[in-house]
Amino acid sequence: MSEIDEKTFRAEVADWMARHLVGRFEVLRHRGGPGDETAHPELRREWEQVMASGGWIGLGWPRAHGGRELPVSLQVAFHEEYARAGGPGRMGHIGETLLAPTLIDLGTPAQQQRFLPGIREGRTFWCQGYSEPGAGSDLAAIRSRCWLENGEWHLQGQKVWTSLAHDSEWIFVIARSTPGSVGREGLSFLLVPLAQPGVEIRPIRQMTGEAEFNEVFFDDARTAADCIVGAPGDGWKVAMALLGYERGLSTLGQQMHFSHELQLLVDAARAAGVDHDPALRRRIAEAWIGLRTLRANALRIFARGESGVGPEALVYKYAWSNWHRSLGELAMDVMGTAGDLQADNDPLRRLQQVFFFSRADTIYAGTNEIQLNLIAERGLGMPRG
Amino acid sequence: MSAVITEEQQALRDTAAAYLAGHANARDGRDGDMALWQGIAGLGWPAVIVPEACGGLGLGLAEAAVLLEESGRQLTRSPLFSGVALSHPLLLRCATEVACQRLLPALAEGRLISTVIAGPGLSPFVDAAGLEIRARCDGAGWVLDGTAAQVLDGDTADLAFVVARLEEGGMGLFELPADSQGVSRRPLPAWDLSRPQACWTLDGVRLAAEARLDAPGTVDAGLSAALAVTALLLAAEQVGGAARCIELTVAYTRERQQFGRPVASFQAVKHRCAEMMVKLEGARSALAGALAACPGLEGALALEEVAVARVQAAGAYRFCAAEAIQLHGGVGFTWEYDPQLHFKRAQWGGQWFGTPDAWRDAVADALFGRREEHE
Ligand SMILES: Cc1cc2nc3c(=O)[nH]c(=O)nc-3n(C[C@H](O)[C@H](O)[C@H](O)COP(=O)(O)OP(=O)(O)OC[C@H]3O[C@@H](n4cnc5c(N)ncnc54)[C@H](O)[C@@H]3O)c2cc1C
Repeated sequence: MSEIDEKTFRAEVADWMARHLVGRFEVLRHRGGPGDETAHPELRREWEQVMASGGWIGLGWPRAHGGRELPVSLQVAFHEEYARAGGPGRMGHIGETLLAPTLIDLGTPAQQQRFLPGIREGRTFWCQGYSEPGAGSDLAAIRSRCWLENGEWHLQGQKVWTSLAHDSEWIFVIARSTPGSVGREGLSFLLVPLAQPGVEIRPIRQMTGEAEFNEVFFDDARTAADCIVGAPGDGWKVAMALLGYERGLSTLGQQMHFSHELQLLVDAARAAGVDHDPALRRRIAEAWIGLRTLRANALRIFARGESGVGPEALVYKYAWSNWHRSLGELAMDVMGTAGDLQADNDPLRRLQQVFFFSRADTIYAGTNEIQLNLIAERGLGMPRG
Repeated sequence: MSAVITEEQQALRDTAAAYLAGHANARDGRDGDMALWQGIAGLGWPAVIVPEACGGLGLGLAEAAVLLEESGRQLTRSPLFSGVALSHPLLLRCATEVACQRLLPALAEGRLISTVIAGPGLSPFVDAAGLEIRARCDGAGWVLDGTAAQVLDGDTADLAFVVARLEEGGMGLFELPADSQGVSRRPLPAWDLSRPQACWTLDGVRLAAEARLDAPGTVDAGLSAALAVTALLLAAEQVGGAARCIELTVAYTRERQQFGRPVASFQAVKHRCAEMMVKLEGARSALAGALAACPGLEGALALEEVAVARVQAAGAYRFCAAEAIQLHGGVGFTWEYDPQLHFKRAQWGGQWFGTPDAWRDAVADALFGRREEHE
C-alpha cells in the first residue's frame, strides 16, 4: 500500500503534463498511438527524455533500480492522467516494460547497471527479436544461431515482425546456442546493438500503410560475451519471463488511451447524427462497459503487483485485445460510408487507425488461439492436446 | 477501497461455502426449505447489512456479495436474496429511521420472511406510472389496490414492502402483512424452481397510518438506488453461478472419454472453456470495481459502475450456463445434472432489476444525454 494519496498524485501528473506537453511538443498531443507509430519519431524520442526528467519512467520498478515502486492503482492513475492530457504514444515501452523488469529479475548486477539507466532516462530504445519466418506461435522453432568466439557472441539468422527496430539502438534476441538442439532446449537470450555492419533492418509495410515492424537480418553480427541474460541454454526461461510481462501490465499505458478513443467515437457518433440510433447507442454503451471492465481487470488482477498474480492474469491480454478490436469495428459502423475514405482529421483518422491496427492486437504477444490454449491449460488445468 | 478481498471476507466465504455445500436444495421438494432458512438465520447472514442499531451486523455490501456469491454457486433456494438483496436495501434507502428500527430486527434475525412489490421485474428504472399497486389515503389510514403479477418468494413471505403509486402523485412505501384482509396470493409455476414466485391481488386492503414507512419524497429519490443495490448483489450471485458452471464443465470433460481421450483435451472444447473463464473473470473484476465504488448504502450510488457489474455478470452467467449444457453433451440436457438449473436461474436473472439492455440504455443516456423520442 502506498502512502501517496491518489487525488494528489493525479493532480501532480496533470499539472506536470500541462506544463510540459506545450510549445514544440504540442503537436504530439494524442499522436503516435497504435497505427500512428510513424508520427514525429524524432520529437517523440526527445519527449521520452522529458518524461524521464519528470521521473515518469519506471513507475512500477523497484526503488533499488531507480524506479518508484508505485502500486498498480497509481500506475493506472498515471496512465489515465497521461492519456487525458493527450500524452503521445510511448517510444520506450519495449525497454521500460518488457526488458527492464526481465533484467531486474534475471539479469546480473552489471547488466542492470549498464542497461537500466539508459531506459529510465529515455535515451536507449529497444526492440524485441523473437519471431522468425518459421517460428511464430511455435516460438521454440527458432533457427537463428549464436556462438561464442574470441570472447564475443556471433549471431546468424533472421527475425521478422520486429516492431520499431528502425527506431531502436538495441535488440534482445533469442537464438540457438547449442548446435543441433531442438525446441526449448539450447536457446540463449542475447542483448545486441543494432548499429553494426552485421545487422540489416528492412521495413515491412502493414495493412495500415505504415511500417511499424521490420525484418532484421543478422549476418555474423556481434555482441559482447557478457551480453547474455541467464546462462547459455537458459534462453527459453528468460524469453518466457519477458513474455509474462508483455501479456501483463506492459500495455496499461496503451489501454488508458482506449478511453480517449472511446471519447472520439462518442464525438464521432454525435457529429454523424447517429447518437439517436438505439442500436448504436447500446453498442457504444456496451463498449464503455467493456472498457470499465478492462480497468477493473487491471486493478483486481495486478492488485498485488505482477509477481503475485494468479491464473486469472491469463485472461488479461485476451480481454483487452478483443475489446479493442470490437471498438474499431464499432467506430467504422458509426462512420458508415465516410469510413470508406482515408480521413485526414481527428477523430475519424484516429478511429480508422484503431479499426485497422487492432487486428494486430489479437496476433502479437500470443494470438487469440494461443491465449485460449494457455487459459484452458494453465488457468483451468485442461490436458494438452 | 481496494479490489482485494480481505481476510474476514475470505473467512466468511469459507464458512458459507462449507455450510451451503452440505445443504444444497435446488432440486429437492420444498419440505427442507424452512430448516435451511433457520440454519442460515442461525449463522446471522440475514443480518449482514442491517445496521447494528437495528439489530444487525452492520457489514458492507462486499460481505453481502460474498454470501450471495456462495448461495449462487450452490443454487440455494432460500429467501436470503429477497431479504438481504431486496428488502433490506429498500428499507434502508427509503424508510424512516423509526420504521427501520421497528422492522429490521425481526428481518435480521430471520424470524420474518419479506419480499418487495415495486412494479414488474422490480426495475430500478420504474416511475410512479409503472407501478402495479395504487394507494389512497382514507381518513386515518390507507387503502391499497391492484395486482402484482410476479412476486419473488411471494408464496412464503410473511410480509411485502410495497412501493405504490399514490393517488396524489408520487410513490409511497407500505408494509403489507401477507395475511391482511383483501390480499389473495396464488403460487406460480416458475421454470426456475430455486426462485419461487406468486401473484398477489390486493382488493381494497386497508392499512393503518403507521404502515406507510417513508417520509414523503424519499421513495421517489431512493427507489432506483435501492434496486440498483439489488442488481449489484444479483451480479454477485451470478458470478458464483458462472464459476460453478466452469468447475462442473472442466471436471466433467476431464472425466469423459471419447475417441480414446478425455474430451477436455480437444482444442474446440478447451477454447470454449477458456472463453467461459474470460467472461467470468471480467464479471468478477466488474463486481469488485462496483463494490469498491459502492461500499455501503449511504450516499450517492455509482450507478454506472453497477451497470458494468450487472451487464457483465448477467452475460457471463448466461454464457457459462449455456456452454455447460453443450459441453456436457446428452447428460447436460437431463434433469439430473446441474447445468439446466444454472441455465434457468441465469435466464431468470436476465429479466429482473433492469434487464442488461435497460442498463446499457442507462449508460448510453449518461454518455449522450437522454434520447428524444422521435415519432
Ligand atoms: C503488429 C505486430 C507486431 C509484432 N511485433 C513483434 C515484435 O516486435 N517482435 C517479435 O518477435 N514478434 C512480433 N510480432 C510477431 C507475433 O508475435 C507473431 O505474429 C505471432 O506470435 C504469431 O505468429 P505467426 O505470425 O507466425 O502466426 P502463426 O503462428 O503462423 O499462426 C497462424 C494462425 O494459426 C493459429 N495457430 C498457430 N498455432 C496454433 C495452435 N497451437 N492452436 C491453435 N491455433 C494455432 C494462430 O493463432 C493464427 O491464427 C508482431 C506481430 C504483429 C502483427
